[in-house]
Amino acid sequence: MSSIAEMAATRRTAEGRRRWLLKAPALATIVIASVGPLAVMLVYSVMAKGAFGGVALGHFSLDGWTNVFVERDPFDDTLVLADANLIIFWRSIKLALVATLATLLIGFPTAYYIATRPEQVRSQWMLLITIPFWTNLLIRTFAIMGLLSNQGPVNNILIWAGLIDKPMQMLFTDGAVLLGLVYVYLPLMVLPIYASLERMDFNLVEAGYDLYATRSKVLWHIVIPSCKPGLIAGSILVFIPAIGAYVTPRVLGGGKNMMMGNLIELQFGQGRNWPLGAALSICLLVIVTVALIIYIRGSSGKENAHGG
Amino acid sequence: MRSILTALTSAMLLAAASSAALAEEELSLYNWGNYTSPELLEKFKKETGIKVTVTDYDSNDTALSKVRAGGSGFDMVVPSANFVPIWIKEGLLLESRPDQMPNFKNVDERWVNVSWDPGRHYSVPWQWGMTGPVVATSVYKGDINTSAIWLDPPQELKGKINVVPEKNDVLYAAIRYVGGTWCTGDKALLKKVRDKLLEAKKSWVSMDYGIEKMDSRDTLAQLYYNGAAFRARQVNADIKLGFPKEGYSLFMDSVAILADAPHPDNAKKFLNFIMAPENAALISNFATYANGIKGSTQFMRDDIKAAPELNIPAEYIAAGGWQEVCPAEVDELYTRIWTDLMK
Repeated sequence: MSSIAEMAATRRTAEGRRRWLLKAPALATIVIASVGPLAVMLVYSVMAKGAFGGVALGHFSLDGWTNVFVERDPFDDTLVLADANLIIFWRSIKLALVATLATLLIGFPTAYYIATRPEQVRSQWMLLITIPFWTNLLIRTFAIMGLLSNQGPVNNILIWAGLIDKPMQMLFTDGAVLLGLVYVYLPLMVLPIYASLERMDFNLVEAGYDLYATRSKVLWHIVIPSCKPGLIAGSILVFIPAIGAYVTPRVLGGGKNMMMGNLIELQFGQGRNWPLGAALSICLLVIVTVALIIYIRGSSGKENAHGG
Repeated sequence: MRSILTALTSAMLLAAASSAALAEEELSLYNWGNYTSPELLEKFKKETGIKVTVTDYDSNDTALSKVRAGGSGFDMVVPSANFVPIWIKEGLLLESRPDQMPNFKNVDERWVNVSWDPGRHYSVPWQWGMTGPVVATSVYKGDINTSAIWLDPPQELKGKINVVPEKNDVLYAAIRYVGGTWCTGDKALLKKVRDKLLEAKKSWVSMDYGIEKMDSRDTLAQLYYNGAAFRARQVNADIKLGFPKEGYSLFMDSVAILADAPHPDNAKKFLNFIMAPENAALISNFATYANGIKGSTQFMRDDIKAAPELNIPAEYIAAGGWQEVCPAEVDELYTRIWTDLMK
């Protein structure tokens, strides 16, 4: 009896070793490509800053972290709240949330429309959705810049229609940044919603109508619950890149309406404060992680509901 | 099938061979955006067989931090005068001795014994100019020879001003405007500078690059560079450059070879090449700034030769000044003011 147990134990350890070996390449990739750079960022954030950028390696300092929230006024040496950082944080979160909401409002009907077309037409619609991806992000953003410019088509049409009598300042505003974000990330919302709508059994909708459900009841009780994973996945896919957006606020915000990505770049460039830049990057990471946790909670909650 | 295979193999071999040949004759230039004449590079390739690739940067700090990080793979960089000593001190530049190159005799004496690279052991003049207010004079008819254009903006220009996002150019003009001198560490004065800038920023629409915003009337005034002001005037004749009486900054960007350049010999050929007057003129013809090479004017476009933007009128010359390298603690203060402003 004991020998059988021993044999089983040996087999288990051999099995375990083999599993570890199989896992090793994936683990190594994660450690080297993901944890490694993060560790560098963490270490840099607790170093003193170097003279012309960079960090003074080996000189421990928490200045990078305290500077995220408070800073010393260079002229009277008093500690003041780093309100500029907090304003930019808040603007980034706000713009990313509004962009997510807007893409949701535009993306859901779009995906629903496509999913309810005959099968052979759907792929053509999907092709149309992905066409913007064929052009570089920077070029698309500059195209929006051209549209919103004082002598751009939007202003010209508004003037022609008699709605305004002189060009409206649209470029270099939060609104321009928002428009850019919505435009750029819209396909990322449509695709996952479409994927879950495509799997949905539309007989359920018919059944709902048969049971005298109104259109809004069908929407809220049948369609939305069954494509919830797609809605959540789309929201996450939009929110995460939107909050870290760099190009869009840089080009459409005119360097004055910064988001976190631009603030971080400033610290690594002309600000010459790498520790603060590293600390800000980690803050951004924390915000994104919180969003992801909400996502995981949201999607696992759905499964529990099914189980119950 | 066989013929397809043969064709494929020979194509691959050919590609491999040509890329190997190219690899020997390459040179990479890390330069400011919209600053390198394609015609110059074509001519250089024709004469030497060396193909130059250009990568852009948008500020001295960007260039410095990228190269300092190591492994950039660039051969040459074009830092501004006030940054050259930092590059040298940090050991990032190769002491390529342009002063011993055959074409060095063409460098204007004015640009040989410069404070940032005495005797030119490291760098060769690329272009020089000044930073000043660029104004649509059909909209604003007042005096444009003042930094008040963007620091105490007149009503007509409010909300239509762009300021170039380059720390030293902005701070230099602002410090002189408030009555200080460059590199001052006087905290009371610098506080005034900061408050003035933060107050003025409310009247700015952007802090960005791009003189084209004057063409489209998205901005009606800018703090910008003289060469760009010249280009803007070609589009709209009412666009004029002011030379602020309170003081304005002069700049010179110089080309230098990086200490870790993969192709230092090709780079030396390039430095010598651009010191020839007819080649230096190509640089100016493209980016429309003056260069530092004697005898290059005769090869320049006629409109550049006569441009008031590039030939500072005698009465305004005295107000111009150079950005010397400031002591570290002063520079630290300037950086703080700058980040406060940018945020």
